Amino acid sequence: MHASIVESIRPAGMTRRQFIKSVIATGAVSSSGLLFSGPAGAGPKASPGAVERLITLDVNGQRRRVDVLPQETLAQTLRHKLGLTGLKVGCDRGECGACTVLVDAVPQYACSLLTQSVRGKAILTVEGLARPDGKLHPLQQGVLDEQGFQCGYCAPGFLMATLGFLVTNPHPTRQELAHGVSGNLCRCQDYDKILTGLMRGAEYMRKE
Amino acid sequence: MAIIRDGMPPFDLFRPTSVDDALALAGRFGADAWILAGGFDSLERFKDRLKRPKAVIDLGGIGELRGVRRDGGDLVIGAMTTLAEVSRHPDICERFGLLAEAAAAVASPQIRNQGTLGGNIAQDTRCWYYRGGWTCYRAGGGTCFAGESPQGQNREHAIFGAEGCVAVNPSDTAPALVALEARLVIENHKGGREIAAEDFFVGPDKDITRLNILAPGELLTAIRLPATWSGATFYFEKVSDRPVWDFSLVNIATAMRLRKDRIEQVRLVLGAVAARPWRLSEVEAAIMGCDRNAAAEAAPRLAAKGAAVLPHNGYKAVLAANLAKRALLGNKDA
Repeated sequence: MHASIVESIRPAGMTRRQFIKSVIATGAVSSSGLLFSGPAGAGPKASPGAVERLITLDVNGQRRRVDVLPQETLAQTLRHKLGLTGLKVGCDRGECGACTVLVDAVPQYACSLLTQSVRGKAILTVEGLARPDGKLHPLQQGVLDEQGFQCGYCAPGFLMATLGFLVTNPHPTRQELAHGVSGNLCRCQDYDKILTGLMRGAEYMRKE
Repeated sequence: MAIIRDGMPPFDLFRPTSVDDALALAGRFGADAWILAGGFDSLERFKDRLKRPKAVIDLGGIGELRGVRRDGGDLVIGAMTTLAEVSRHPDICERFGLLAEAAAAVASPQIRNQGTLGGNIAQDTRCWYYRGGWTCYRAGGGTCFAGESPQGQNREHAIFGAEGCVAVNPSDTAPALVALEARLVIENHKGGREIAAEDFFVGPDKDITRLNILAPGELLTAIRLPATWSGATFYFEKVSDRPVWDFSLVNIATAMRLRKDRIEQVRLVLGAVAARPWRLSEVEAAIMGCDRNAAAEAAPRLAAKGAAVLPHNGYKAVLAANLAKRALLGNKDA
């Protein structure tokens, strides 16, 4: 859709991003409505372990009903159906780390997980870090204070990987943290400043 | 033809919660089923349309396949135990540090958090001709693009045991399991059997289309570490282009029993040099009973013996020789 068309039809007072998110959300709801008449949702389970399409996910502390295809990755569900575009899909092959989210507090690549496999688990994305009043998470604040990223595309992945690492090691040395986030790439090659920002964030977290 | 890569083609997904249910499903679908463990070897091939299974059986929901338990002096590791769990489990670290070290060397933190020990040893080769969808011998075609084409890019390929196909087994944990004389539990819906890890892997001389003996309908359910090598002297080293995320160019896993510096028992296994973990039997036989320093002098020549190098992978024979020496000295700077 051309940007000017979006501008002309979006309700007054909505930002372009909010409008696009609302369109995506409506699409998801209307497609899940079809389920009840379709074959996938009808009838008893044919086999042990057969999966349902309409499932509930625990995302950023909220229960979200969503229609999920068997072959859908968590990155697709979060970005396209739940409007959580903070996580990025860089390679879609588990080779760049931009899609890192926490699943039960463990960093994982959302591009390489089937959404069906995270039912019943707590998913945390970068959108879930700041407090509802807008106050940034100390890790985000540390990165902001040190101006850690250049383009920022890899930032959500780095933040989530770091958060997961700090759960197991809250007092890392710079070298240990570097190893902890070694599953994340930065194409700007900004690693030194990223590490400085993350170390600052870890320090803020210990003070809170 | 352009390939749309932004999603996977549809399949029926099953997430059984017990091994019995998984075996029943695997038996029912046979060759139409794809067994999914951590997913890193599978999903990218679904995305690339290289594999289009009718049914995918995801073992991730089966609690009994995950975790480590003691069985007498043995340790039994569920096949779906993640590499991260293997790398830091206290019993594994204390008694079979070789495996913990190998698991910690795999890929990246996120991949170790999700990738499993069973999946790591059962993964397919990473030869890019094969993974790129070329119709090579391994894919049922009539040539080996890496080994037989004059332009073949074979820097990462095999120096031992290649017959037709020159692909290597990329696993870091497989050589460690062979060195530790691990036993693998393989089950189907009719029953189970336990085999030596060494017999799990196959080279192109036996079957050019696969790297292990798992047949349709079969699951690898557990890995047993016998007490035999508990607390022995171990050495693991992985050489790769990058310290993180990369596959091994060559790796070595060694278990030794020493009396003072005299070698009483030893197993040396190389990885990423053949389609299966490559045991250096000739080296083992030659150095048994020797002082480890003397053994380290003799080993390099024997380790590289019989290497059939390709135009771009001659360095692997040198690496293999030097790694054997380092392993016997237990010194990464040697």
